[in-house]
Amino acid sequence: MKFRGLIFANLFRKKLRLILTIGSFAVALFLFAFLAVVRGAFNRGADIAGADRLVVINRISIIQPLPLAYRDKILRIPGVKAVTHNNWFGGVYQDERNFFPQFVIDVENQRQVLPELKVPDDQWNTFVQDRQGAIVGAKTAARFHWKIGDRIPIKNSLFGGGDTWDFNLDGIYHSERAGGDESQFWFQWDYFEERMPQSFKGNVGWYVVKLDNPDYAVSVAKAIDDMAANSSFETKTETESAFAAGWVKQFGNIQFLIMTIGTVVFFTLLLVTGNTMAISVRERVGELAVLKAIGFSDRWVLFFVLAEALTIALVGGLLGLGLAALAVPALAAALNGLLPTLILSKSILLLGLGAAILVGAISGLLPGIGAMRMRVVNALRRV
Amino acid sequence: MIRVDGTGKSNSLIQVRGLDKTYRRGGEEIQVLQRLNLDVDKGDFVAFMGPSGSGKTTLLNLLGGLDIPTHGSITVAGDEITHMSGNKLTQWRARHVGFIFQMYNLIPVLTAFQNVELPLLLTKLSKSDRRRHVETALGVVGLAERMNHYPRQLSGGQEQRVAIARAIVADPTFLLCDEPTGDLDRKSADEIMELINRLVKEYGKTVLMVTHDPVVAKRADTTLHLEKGVLVEAGELGVAAGGVA
Repeated sequence: MKFRGLIFANLFRKKLRLILTIGSFAVALFLFAFLAVVRGAFNRGADIAGADRLVVINRISIIQPLPLAYRDKILRIPGVKAVTHNNWFGGVYQDERNFFPQFVIDVENQRQVLPELKVPDDQWNTFVQDRQGAIVGAKTAARFHWKIGDRIPIKNSLFGGGDTWDFNLDGIYHSERAGGDESQFWFQWDYFEERMPQSFKGNVGWYVVKLDNPDYAVSVAKAIDDMAANSSFETKTETESAFAAGWVKQFGNIQFLIMTIGTVVFFTLLLVTGNTMAISVRERVGELAVLKAIGFSDRWVLFFVLAEALTIALVGGLLGLGLAALAVPALAAALNGLLPTLILSKSILLLGLGAAILVGAISGLLPGIGAMRMRVVNALRRV
Repeated sequence: MIRVDGTGKSNSLIQVRGLDKTYRRGGEEIQVLQRLNLDVDKGDFVAFMGPSGSGKTTLLNLLGGLDIPTHGSITVAGDEITHMSGNKLTQWRARHVGFIFQMYNLIPVLTAFQNVELPLLLTKLSKSDRRRHVETALGVVGLAERMNHYPRQLSGGQEQRVAIARAIVADPTFLLCDEPTGDLDRKSADEIMELINRLVKEYGKTVLMVTHDPVVAKRADTTLHLEKGVLVEAGELGVAAGGVA
């Protein structure tokens, strides 16, 4: 393009200003990508939750147990296809920093209720027959370089505390859904129940209910809560996505926080770049007037200003998103699984680039229109 | 022949008839040009002189299509420019007018070559053709060796020569020079006037120039004086029956 030289010459007119403006875009886009990744990580549970599943927890709090006896009662409610139950174990592998979620599972129903978490049949069969067996998500297995047959000692930190439980790694599961959680560690309810103090026996952490049809969600949830009403263990039943969203809300209104920070960042960026472009145009009013005098139309002048603003936005945006692409995997590794999987998706990159271009266009538009409308005679008089 | 009485022949290159220009400043109307007539033929070199505020630059701006008259008409090579729309006028300027300014008005971040190339970017010329035209124009002004220099690396006289190359590179119908030597020392001014004279004599260019400097004005074929918006006096060759020859 024959105007490239003119556009780039003008861009490099003040190198420090160019670097700082591109830097503003890069920092803002890095922050945007980072916030979007964190938001995505928190929301992923809700995003990939099964539409045909309900989660039943104790009405007081999820840390309060529910009686195992509810399982059969729930199964009898019309519209319920299957029920499984889980307990949170909260053990420590070698060091407290090596966090990963450990769940006690109901072997008989786990795969029917959560079919998207795939375990090869031979591994599953070994697990079912091994009282001390464990299944682990592919991500956690890779993280600790575990392989099938390994002996995994987990220190019990919740139930009576202090003793170490040994498990045999019998299988590795993968999630069929993109972004699904592959960090969990499962072991058998029978083994858990056997080692629990008497006071904990017969209690589960929560139930997961699979429905015949997602349309039954409201009626089944109401029926479960009605069943437990006025008992010592009242329940709170909600869809899996609502449960996941509620779980995220325990950390505060992450969505609002992230949206607010993101909006402030982009608005500030708009003011900074808009001001920079305005100064840049004001500095060369005379030159733009000369261009108009020698035959460049108003539209060309607008194009030059917009092209500069968009080039800055594009370069800064790509730089910021590129840095984010490098930083997110490093961050994910550093977090050691404290957050769900951090994924810098294509949609985040495209959204970020789109936002950068939009900010660039808006910041160039006002000074560009001003330059476009400028009267040559008046501008030349100022030179 | 240059005439200021509106009786020039119909095929004059530039025909100005009954030109008025009024500005409104605050609540007051200021008439800068009054019922001005002018005929300029191809190859004429005319200088406009007059005190500050007499309307010299306003006249040049109107002739160059940078400003619109309050009344009257300007016809250049058969095109009546006073009623052209903004875009059409811009295109007309690109094709017909070469501007030379007092402060050179080069783009500081572009080399001499790139500055001279600017008007050609609006044409459909290929890159190699543009290069050929630019080299020719810079050769005419004697700066072919400095084509890769930036304006800051050139003297004032050299900058003005680059500006002249930019003005002539697209071979415009006429050149408008607004105080082309106003920012130069005498030696450089003489060199620039020598160059402009050469453009008129050797290349047949039509030049209209505003100047305060009588020495510079003497280099023109004709000098016209603007007094309070009226062309009141002809050049040193005198007025003959309303005509200046």
